[in-house]
Formats: sequence, structure tokens, C-alpha cells
Amino acid sequence: MEKVLMKGNEALAEAAIRAGCKCFFGYPITPQTELSEYLSKQMPKRGGVFLQAESEVAAINMVLGAAATGTRVMTSSSSPGVSLKSEGISYIAGSDVPALIINVQRGGPGLGGIQPSQADYWQATKGLGHGDFHLIILAPNSVQEVVNLVSKAFELGETYRTPVMLLSDGLLGQMMEPVAFPDIQANEADKSGWAADGTKMARPHHIVNSLYIEANDLEEIVRRRYERYAKIEETETMAECYLTDDAEIVVTAFGATSRIVKSAVNKARAEGIKVGMFRPITLWPFPKKELNTACANAKAVLSVEMSMGQMIDDVKLALNCKLPVSFYGRTGGVIPTPNEVLDEIRKLNGGAQ
Amino acid sequence: MTYEILLAGFGGQGVLFAGKLLAYCALFEGKEISWLPSYGPEMRGGKCNCSVCISDEPIGSPKVLEPDLLVALNGPSFEAFLPTVKPGGKVFADSSLIDAACDRTDIDCYMVPATQMADDNNLQKGANIILLGKLLSETGLFSPETVRKALEKNTPASRAHTIDNNMRAIQLGMDYQ
Repeated sequence: MEKVLMKGNEALAEAAIRAGCKCFFGYPITPQTELSEYLSKQMPKRGGVFLQAESEVAAINMVLGAAATGTRVMTSSSSPGVSLKSEGISYIAGSDVPALIINVQRGGPGLGGIQPSQADYWQATKGLGHGDFHLIILAPNSVQEVVNLVSKAFELGETYRTPVMLLSDGLLGQMMEPVAFPDIQANEADKSGWAADGTKMARPHHIVNSLYIEANDLEEIVRRRYERYAKIEETETMAECYLTDDAEIVVTAFGATSRIVKSAVNKARAEGIKVGMFRPITLWPFPKKELNTACANAKAVLSVEMSMGQMIDDVKLALNCKLPVSFYGRTGGVIPTPNEVLDEIRKLNGGAQ
Repeated sequence: MTYEILLAGFGGQGVLFAGKLLAYCALFEGKEISWLPSYGPEMRGGKCNCSVCISDEPIGSPKVLEPDLLVALNGPSFEAFLPTVKPGGKVFADSSLIDAACDRTDIDCYMVPATQMADDNNLQKGANIILLGKLLSETGLFSPETVRKALEKNTPASRAHTIDNNMRAIQLGMDYQ
């Protein structure tokens, strides 16, 4: 298959069109801009709609509208813009409609900076809006994996009638790598039972709504949603294990940071340190079983993130306090170096002996 | 074999473009590649650099911190990144814009008056490509034919006339002693 060089942001946009995305509503923000720029050129030529809304709030509500008709739809933004979208995301989750939301993370809080960050982990996995709900969160670590996960994201969203977030970051979005576009169409689920796409006077109205005044009704709706979540947790976790079989130290990292950790693990292995890397690809559901398997021989765990330490909470919960978990991270747009991570691995190795 | 290459200068000098050409040359030869830009919010004139990794193995960290090859297009980047070059590495620097001299003996430093050469040959803004030519002649990384292919891939039809000029700049760099 022919490979081309593309930025993560552009490759994501191309993959979305190939996966059958028909509508994009967004508002520009660095470091996500190449994504909407690409779609603005391509969507009209390829049978889709590109619309630059007047704000992030408008864009996410347009996504809700398109999603309610069963149309494959996406939006993209970066950290501050995602915060603005959180109300709409909660409405989309509460309406049980699928949509793809992209966050190309930058440093925060507030306007923060424009350099890469992973400090939206908590927001993505635990607090993308008010109410009892989750999104499926996918975290690729290469341009090729970005492409592979986009069609998967649309499929998951439609199968479980839930919004899905692809959590990227400024590094992954701006980086160019060789990428091939596999010739697969994302399967489209049957939406005829709920999509508000016109009755043609032949069936009762489909009502897409997130308002339930009767407490018992709302509880019932939420409980049914959580039954779907239980199935997602059971069947849809994804993770990569790198040299974990005999690892006495397991380093956990996701997204772009896992690239840096992999370099550090290779350097540490060259020094004879038994270290491996565990990389969750689904951040929600967090691959708990897979992590425990990867840590079968581990004496210590190190979570490396581009934040002050957020995923470490899930690592600790998954391991249920069986192993000591330490943290190393850089934040605000600073990218950790392989040598910094190597130093942390060496410290743990000294401590373990 | 892995090459970690850092190209640095200020915005508008073609730092990212030069890096992209190297990345495309590597693509044509079936290598693993990463190209990572770093720049600020300025349209031009701000600090700008570009990490290019070329390898037979999958690439871990795409950010080049200790380059095998450094292309420095201005004084501040020459001073900032010269100490980071790996021992045995090579540096290609535009001596028209850089006053400092190389104070290291464990690397090969090629000072090329690239901006001056570009002006003398009516190749304005071609200093980046001239330095790339010097890099190619000293490392043998890619042939001029491969560079031409990369240029063709990265030049829009409306700018097709620049391909020959850029190839002339490559040749000037390759011939500079």
C-alpha cells in the first residue's frame, strides 16, 4: 500500500472522510487548525458539509442536531475549545446519539499555551460535562494509529449510541509520519429505530431528547445507558504491551508520551534493566485487566504523562494498591525527554534491588 | 542506521520546508520517518526548528535533542544547538548570518556562506536548499535525483518553475568546498 507523509491532524481529517463522515462543525484553534483546514477544502468536494460555526458552543449543538438524524458527524477542537463544548457533549450523551469529538490537547488551564499537553485526561475520562455519563476515549500514539482508530471510533459510537472522543495532542497533530489508508469502510449500524430522519408519514415520530422530568424515568434511562457502558468495559478495552513479559518495572504512558517512554525503555534495556511499557489505547474504558497482566512480574510502576499526574489515578485504581506507583511528568507544553524518563527508571531500579 | 537531524533558524527561512524535503527523500527509500516542527505564534521571524528522524527501525521519540546532523540558519540557533550535536556529528551553518565560529573539535562543522551564495546566483531565499546540498554531499544520504522527486512532490503546479532553481541551489551547495 502506498504511503504518504502527512501531519496527524491532516491524516485524521482524511481518515474521517474515508470513514464516511458527512458533516463537520467546528471553530478554529491551535494546534488543531490543520484538521479543519483540510476538511474545509475536501468536504465540499467529496459530498460532505463543512461549516465554521460562530463559536464552539454553536458547533457542538450543530453536531447534536446532525447526530440526531443519524448522520455521521464530527467536530474538533483543542483544550479551551473542548471546555466550551462540554455542555453540548453532555446533551449528546444524554440524547444517546453517536458523534466523534476530537481534542488536540494543548497546555492549560485557561488559555494556557499552544504546545502539546495531556492535561485533559481527567476532563476526557471523568468530567466532559455534567451528569452520569462516559465517552469512549481513544488515545493513538502515531499518525498511522490515528487513521486506524477514526473508523473504529465511528463504529463504536454507533454500536453503543454514544459520543466518542479521540484524544490527540499538539505533538501528534503537528508531526508528519508515513501513513497508509487501508481500504476499509467503517460499518454503519442500523439507526432506523431512533434517527430523526423524517417519518415520511409512515411511522411515529422519533424524538431525540435529554430531558426527563420524572425522576424514575431519568433513572431508568441512565441505568440502561450504564448497562451499555458495562458491555463496553467488558469488550472494548485496547492496550499495547511493550517488553512487559519479564518486566520488573512497568512504565505506563499514553499517546505521544508513550513514544518518548519507548525510547527510554529501549535505553534502559540496553543497560540491562528489566523494564517494559504499558500503553492504554482506550483511556475509558481503562484496560485494567491488561494492566494487571502486564504487571505480573513487576515490583514498581511509573506513570509518565505530559501533566502533573492524572492517569496515575486510574493506574493506581486498576492495580488496587498492589504495587507502588510513582509519577514523572512535564506540563504546560514541555515535552519530557527520554533521558529524564531513563533517570526515573534507574532510580526505581536502584530502589528495587 | 538512524539519523537524527535538527534544522533551525527563524520563521520564513524555509526551515520546515528543508526538513520536509529530507523526510520525503527518506519516504521514497522506504525508511521510517518522523518530522516534527516547533514554532511560535509568529507568521515569520520567530524561533523555528524542525526535528527529522530517519531510520530503519520504528521511531520512538520524534523530538531531536542530540542531533547527528544540525543545519543552522542563523546565529541564535547555531549558538543554542551546537553544544547538543552528538560527538562525531556534522554541522552545516550559514556563515553569511553567523559570526560565531565552531569551538568543538569532536564534530565536523561546515561553514557555508549560503545567503551570500544565494544572492550572488539570483536564488533569493535559497540558503536553506544550498545548505541541504552541502549536507547531501558530505553525508551521501540521498542523491540529487531523489531530491528532485521530493521537490516535485512538494511544489504546487503554480510554482513549478522553482524546481529548477532549487536544484541549482542543491548543486551549488554540493559543489561548495
